[in-house]
Amino acid sequence: MADRVNPIQIPGGTPLVRLRHLSPNPDIAIWAKLEWYLPTGSVKDRIAALMLRRAEEGGLQPGAGLLAPSSGNMGIALARLARLRGYELTVVIPDNVGQERKDLLRAFGARLIETPGAQGPNGAIDHAHEIAAAGDRTLIHQYEDEANPEAHATTTGPEILNAVDRVDAFVAGLGTGGTLMGVGRALRERHPGVKVVAAEPPVGETVSGLRSMGDGYTPPIFDASQLDGRILVRAPQAVEVTRRLLLDEGLFAGPSSGAAAHAAMRWAEKIDEGTIVTLFPDGGFKYLSSGLWTGTVDEAAERLGGQLYF
Amino acid sequence: MALKVRLPTILRPYARGQSTVEAKGSTMREVIADLEDRYPGLGSQLLADDGNLHPFVNVFLGDEDIRYLDGLATAVGAGTELSIIPAVAGG
Repeated sequence: MADRVNPIQIPGGTPLVRLRHLSPNPDIAIWAKLEWYLPTGSVKDRIAALMLRRAEEGGLQPGAGLLAPSSGNMGIALARLARLRGYELTVVIPDNVGQERKDLLRAFGARLIETPGAQGPNGAIDHAHEIAAAGDRTLIHQYEDEANPEAHATTTGPEILNAVDRVDAFVAGLGTGGTLMGVGRALRERHPGVKVVAAEPPVGETVSGLRSMGDGYTPPIFDASQLDGRILVRAPQAVEVTRRLLLDEGLFAGPSSGAAAHAAMRWAEKIDEGTIVTLFPDGGFKYLSSGLWTGTVDEAAERLGGQLYF
Repeated sequence: MALKVRLPTILRPYARGQSTVEAKGSTMREVIADLEDRYPGLGSQLLADDGNLHPFVNVFLGDEDIRYLDGLATAVGAGTELSIIPAVAGG
């Protein structure tokens, strides 16, 4: 069943659409790259493909066991490829992700190991390291693997450059940092003055597994000096803009897209004119059970606040 | 100038369990010194040994990371809100 004749191709070619109703200023164009058009519906299909291709180039053999810490989308993208290429995948996942993510992972045949949600993604990363150290499974580590930003520098970034003549700012959610680092690198080569701006969910605010601030974690692939700004986006803001994307722009996006769009709109308030590009990591289907579009914004934010959605 | 400071779960024990505290100062550096005076240990959690902001600490003035403003020299005004957020992995 496994097709190993060809190297894994990185999927891409997602649409870049203009948000005509969300820009606060007619002289500022905000464009959004719709990553839910990828095979498992999220931006992670790009990096899963390149990370696994690199592992195969390094000698990964069919039947091998793979291990990945993920809050969902990365695991789902890897699970699809593991199925196609003949690997056994175990995903280490915080237990407070949405049910759809767990269901999708199991549908693709992945095994799940859940870690306490209160420890946040750090808990899953630490546990994955422990399991990897004890066994012979290959760790596919999106937080440490340079193939993550590289996939964006070689596909996402060039796709944006081909679609628009001008980019003054690129705004994207900060999870592993791969999108910001990789796309930022590609855009700066053509447009040296481009501002690279992170939209940050306050995940660390409620994480309780740390003993002190010194126990924090910054992904090795992430370099804060490569950013020009970082905008905090709280759950109510993410929910409100996610709903506006649906109602005003006709885009059924997930909450991390709403967070990115919110940050893009905030950045638009700081400049007089220009072009801002943002990236929408996934669509809305995986968030229906969380009630994102039900009740008031605050009620939805309260439900979402207990979940990881980046 | 008093401003509101939102604390993350892991710093609340320094402030008798409060999630929001008040602090005074006209720059971020003064605000952190004031936090240390009011809640011993809290301010020093935010700074590295060299006196700069700890690399795993992100401080937002309103919704903007002070690292990309003027760092600890960032001026703060009355009525603004600070959020202190530990760096953790996302994704």
